Amino acid sequence: MAIKGAIVFDVEHCKGCGVCIPTCPNQVIAFSKNVNNKGYNYAEAVNDNCIGCTSCAMVCPDGVITVYKVKL
Amino acid sequence: MFNPDIIKPENLVYKRTSVLTDNVMHYCPGCGHGTIHRLIAEVIEEMGIQEKAICVAPVGCSVLAYNYFDVDSQGAAHGRAPAIATAIQRLYPDNHTFTYQGDGDLAAIGTAETIHACNRGENIVMIFVNNGIYGMTGGQMAPTTLIGMKTATSPYGRDVALNGHPLKITELLADLPGTYYVTRQSVQNAASVRKAKKAIRQAFENQKAKKGTSFVEVVSNCNSGWKMTPVAANKWMEENMFPFYPLGDMKVDGQKVSK
Amino acid sequence: MAKELKLMKGNEAIAEAAIRSGCDGYFGYPITPQSEVMEHLMAEKPWEKTGMVVLQAESETASINMVYGGAGAGKKVMTSSSSPGVSLMQEGMTYLAGAELPCLLVNVVRGGPGLGTIQPSQADYFQTVKGGGHGDYRLFTLAPATVQEMYDFVFLGWEMAFKYRNPVMILSDGAIGQVMEKLYVTDYTPRWTNEEIAEKCPWSTYGKPSTRKHNIITSLELEAPKQEEHNHKLQAKYAKMEEDEVRYEMVNCEDAEYVFVAYGSSARIAEKAVQLGREKGIKVGLLRPITLFPFPKKIIAELSTKVKGLLAVEMSAGQMVEDVRLAAQFRCPIEHFGRFGGVIPTPHEVLEALEEKIIKA
Repeated sequence: MAIKGAIVFDVEHCKGCGVCIPTCPNQVIAFSKNVNNKGYNYAEAVNDNCIGCTSCAMVCPDGVITVYKVKL
Repeated sequence: MFNPDIIKPENLVYKRTSVLTDNVMHYCPGCGHGTIHRLIAEVIEEMGIQEKAICVAPVGCSVLAYNYFDVDSQGAAHGRAPAIATAIQRLYPDNHTFTYQGDGDLAAIGTAETIHACNRGENIVMIFVNNGIYGMTGGQMAPTTLIGMKTATSPYGRDVALNGHPLKITELLADLPGTYYVTRQSVQNAASVRKAKKAIRQAFENQKAKKGTSFVEVVSNCNSGWKMTPVAANKWMEENMFPFYPLGDMKVDGQKVSK
Repeated sequence: MAKELKLMKGNEAIAEAAIRSGCDGYFGYPITPQSEVMEHLMAEKPWEKTGMVVLQAESETASINMVYGGAGAGKKVMTSSSSPGVSLMQEGMTYLAGAELPCLLVNVVRGGPGLGTIQPSQADYFQTVKGGGHGDYRLFTLAPATVQEMYDFVFLGWEMAFKYRNPVMILSDGAIGQVMEKLYVTDYTPRWTNEEIAEKCPWSTYGKPSTRKHNIITSLELEAPKQEEHNHKLQAKYAKMEEDEVRYEMVNCEDAEYVFVAYGSSARIAEKAVQLGREKGIKVGLLRPITLFPFPKKIIAELSTKVKGLLAVEMSAGQMVEDVRLAAQFRCPIEHFGRFGGVIPTPHEVLEALEEKIIKA
């Protein structure tokens, strides 16, 4: 049985602190080259290796990450 | 990027708690305050005590904490949160009054209120965020600033001869008979966040059982004040703050934890 | 309402009135000459009778902030102290005023400055009616002259505090606090239920039901225009008090050529001086301000057009006299007589001062 996850960022509320990036076990997250309306290079998912572990959401100070998980 | 079939309500495993308001927190990017706020709010939501929770916010970086918790709140004068919470909780003994204070507020100007509320065993939850610096006023020396640590008012590093010693107030509070639960936590990675949340939950559960004062210190970062990136600040905290402020429970169920 | 006659100290009357007026919480710290307030409360154990909370705090700073917490949560809460302790409470008072929290404060004034004396004084007038703490604010200030008024003004204090969402100060002194007199006490007024608090104080932080937004008690507003607006609101409230709530008493003023203006203990002494003056054929009366803020400006202005002189009698070096002069606009001679540092003047001294400073001058 495989586990698949997905993360959704509230881009406009992300401050681009990057605390979520090293906490991801599968290197799913990186800074975007784009900026949000506040000028922050927000965090975004760069691959679909997410396993829905919620580690990124745990450490996000602004609670901008929503996490989904399915068992396939 | 992701299979859209995954992103469905039935697959949701984590979303921002509704006990936080929609206001954007004013904290600097990467500041631990946001995470600690979130954990408190999550515990309030999970325990179903939003209607009974009353937040007493401090003066300092978290002065506007009441804008973020969707619970009835009071803003305290600098350092006086434990006195304010004492009265609220005594007047509403079935409520969940909690204080949220930084190191300057709790361990410098409000030391007397802190110690006496704890020593009376007030049935309140006290959250103490220790980042070793005065963030709001621009990075001055705090009672918890480490020896040698540079701040705006200790620009050559904290010198014991000039500035005295950093205060381990949590250790001091663990020795008071009124405290029921005293712990030191952190929120720099997922594992520590989970532990910190468990500790905050324990504190509110103790309050529900009317056990006396539960005190949760969270050693946190101040990347702006420390002049580092958030990730570097968390690393610096692990290397420098934790040896002086070791993590873990100091007092559980009214009993000191022997190390 | 049934009334019962008792013999009590002024300080005890404050405490008894607290219990009987439905007070929810008293938070204090011992200081002479008002320690009987908390002593009486602790002896009476009101938590068993009415559910009232009584707590001896670690300092006046803590006491006043406990009042802030309780008042912010919609409860009828109070503290009492004496001058040095009240100085320590000034921080809390400006926060209470800024956050518009109803509460009752009692100052049983002793001689200052500094640690001063433990004897009666009225030298905290400026501190009380001109602010005391920082920022533009006012305390609604009541000045009792008898033990009965110490009792009654607790009830009146709650009424004013909640009517205006403002701290109320009972400005007493060591003599009124310590003197034993007979007084009538009333039946127990029940404390408000939490439902009543939610109804009467919808702004308070008693715990947010899902039906409303969260309430926030604070005196902080980072945007200057909003803070100015808040100040305008406060000033309008103070102006309304000045319009509607002035209280005073007049003794033998109908035909008076001279009038003493005195409050609290000084008013009692001045009243005797009125008698002595009348015996000597001097047409003298007494105006006793009962509210010090709002100050009875209109009646003083009126008197100043009719009399040959006003003598402010205070146990201070001359504080209230400034407000008398402002109100009277120098339309007649206005002088001050005071003993201070804990010394109480005699009626003879007061009459002599009138003769020397106004009649002969």
